Amino acid sequence: MSRIEIREDRCKGCLLCTTVCPKEIIKQADRFNQHGYKPAEVPAGDMKKCTGCASCATICPDVAITVYKTKKKAKKGASHG
Amino acid sequence: MASGDKLFLKGNEAIARGALAAGCQCFFGYPITPQNDIPEYLSKALPDRGGAFVQAESEVAAANMLLGATACGVRAMTSSSSPGISLKQEAISYMAGSELPAIIVNMNRGGPGLGDIGPSQGDYFQSTRGGGHGDYRLLVLAPATCQEAYDLTRESFDLAFQYRNPVMILGDAILGQMKEPVLTAPDRPADPAEARDWSLDGAVGRGPRLLKSLFLQDGALADQNRMLQAKYEAMRAEVRWECFETEDAELVVCAYGTIARIAKSAIRKLRKKGLKVGLFRPITLYPFPSEALAKLVKPGRKFLTVEQNLGQMVEDVRLSLCGLATSEFFSIYPGNLPVPDDFDEPIARALGL
Amino acid sequence: MYQDEELVFSCPQVVADRPTHYCPGCHHGVAHRLVGELLEEMGLVEKTIMVTAIGCSVFLYNYLLVDAVEAPHGRAPAVATGVKRAKPDKFVFTYQGDGDLASIGMAEIMHCANRGERVSVVFVNNTVYGMTGGQMAPTTLIGQKTTTCPGGRCAEREGMPIKMAEIIASLGGSAYVARTALNNVKNINKTKKCLRKAFEVQTSGLGFGFVEVLSACPTNWKMSAIKANERIANEMIPYFPLGVFKDATADVTGEAAGKGEEGK
Ligand SMILES: Cc1ncc(C[n+]2csc(CCOP(=O)(O)OP(=O)(O)O)c2C)c(N)n1
Ligand code: SF4
Ligand code: SF4
Repeated sequence: MSRIEIREDRCKGCLLCTTVCPKEIIKQADRFNQHGYKPAEVPAGDMKKCTGCASCATICPDVAITVYKTKKKAKKGASHG
Repeated sequence: MASGDKLFLKGNEAIARGALAAGCQCFFGYPITPQNDIPEYLSKALPDRGGAFVQAESEVAAANMLLGATACGVRAMTSSSSPGISLKQEAISYMAGSELPAIIVNMNRGGPGLGDIGPSQGDYFQSTRGGGHGDYRLLVLAPATCQEAYDLTRESFDLAFQYRNPVMILGDAILGQMKEPVLTAPDRPADPAEARDWSLDGAVGRGPRLLKSLFLQDGALADQNRMLQAKYEAMRAEVRWECFETEDAELVVCAYGTIARIAKSAIRKLRKKGLKVGLFRPITLYPFPSEALAKLVKPGRKFLTVEQNLGQMVEDVRLSLCGLATSEFFSIYPGNLPVPDDFDEPIARALGL
Repeated sequence: MYQDEELVFSCPQVVADRPTHYCPGCHHGVAHRLVGELLEEMGLVEKTIMVTAIGCSVFLYNYLLVDAVEAPHGRAPAVATGVKRAKPDKFVFTYQGDGDLASIGMAEIMHCANRGERVSVVFVNNTVYGMTGGQMAPTTLIGQKTTTCPGGRCAEREGMPIKMAEIIASLGGSAYVARTALNNVKNINKTKKCLRKAFEVQTSGLGFGFVEVLSACPTNWKMSAIKANERIANEMIPYFPLGVFKDATADVTGEAAGKGEEGK
């Protein structure tokens, strides 16, 4: 499963990430973070849709998003040399 | 350059050679009379020695290039004359605030405005009070001869690095253009470690370094100014002056630079006529040799300040005399070329003759 | 991190782990990150002397952990010249806003480029003076309202917005000149490629590298970050075309040498 981590204390709630997610899973939370911004979040259950494309992290001006991508399974019978 | 050569040099060239002897590696300038011999000489001499010479697009740019080079802990210099020095003030203020050891040569010409290209001492206030915005001081050296121009320039780099402060060499059109024999001294290349603790050379094996003059945090700018003030106090150790025939003098003439030198000729002449006149010549204009001057105060002794401006150093002279004595002032107007005879009448008047 | 996953995006180490002072949606943060990533990927972190300018990015030195010197407003290219001439083996770049570079610092940037100084310039064009509160900049678009052209910039009164990339490309000493934008993922990735080239012409000794980056200032544009990105696409790019305006690394007869390809 690919996934993202949003550092809530870094998020300024600009919502740019929400516009670039191809799966449209990033939403604005209702709560405020310590700086008074409503941070971005991925609602429970939606994370499994993440493709690990890193579009959200690329556009985030505050480097608040870390992206992990599921490793591709090694193909069987790959050539050796 | 072999040491101990006696060369017949223009003051401007003496300054350029003094800088090379001190290990100056970069020069940034912009043409203006009467200092053009300095960049012209260095445009060949510096590249020949593996250094850098840049004719900048303006004095503003030249001084900011100097800021960049000195931030790297490299011995570097700029030179100009009055209107150009006005344009350099922005970077000079930043360099003072960022504590950068830059050398700035001003071959003072007549002002205000475009003025003329002749000698003047109209930039005394600008040089000694900071010149740009904010509270800062330059260490200001005022040579009177070509030899002194050479020696003080050679030494100025050491002072700049010792105090991490810009140093100004303040000459004028006479000093820059006159030729005299100059005894050159051995090259003394910069100590490679002199800027090791603060200069920028890439953060290898240490945290990043930052040279700046912006201090926004609560109390930070006050701390910075307090530190600078302490440094300017410490610079008092560098005061230099010359006393000539002051021992029995009834009148002490106070003058600096080439005007002091012309005054000296007048004093020699008047001494022969039996007039008891001496000369006090500040060599450092900042710090001003106030204590040395105050020590000359004696009952009945008079003081006369002569400058080629409308009266600038005379304020420092009067402050130094602490009310124990005062100083008359005689102005040689910028635009007039002074000769020794000009001094006869004001000296006689000051003596009450 | 789990065993079956790999880290594909994280903050570069040279970018300080601290919140920035920028407004929400401000593109300075994106530009900083791209520069930081490149310094790491190109192995330049320990060779870098950064020259910061005056504008909202004045605290750049708090965010990029490299040696830095602060230049007076507009003078970063002159300061960078002094740094590079004193230390030719270091990697030197300036990071400047449009007020800084295209107004007060016009002489310095043009002559630095014309001399072909081996330095790189990151030029953040957000069409306003951000730091001082949104006054008109030399790049403010016709009709754009700012605090000092409240009725909108008017060509007759204030002249046309200055196209810096085109000007810099016309100068002899520039080796690589491009204009990019930070309004979408594709353009951000393109910006990184262009910045890499602008850095490479310095490291290979070819000459001066310059990237004009069209950026958003949502605060002074008085719009949301999302609307600001739309404005870049709809208003800025039509006037400030994206593309590579000069590339000394390309075959002169090749496509990259001429007018840049249009971007969206
Ligand atoms: C000599 C001088 N004049 C004016 C200023 C005030 N000032 C600070 S930042 C700035 C404008 C910055 O705008 P820009 O370069 O567009 O950068 P931005 O803030 O938009 O990123 C000005 C005019 C200054 N610091 N120094
Ligand atoms: S782009 Fe970054 S700062 Fe903006 S809402 Fe998303 S995570 Fe937060
Ligand atoms: S004022 Fe504009 S340029 Fe400055 S931090 Fe805010 S959004 Fe960025």
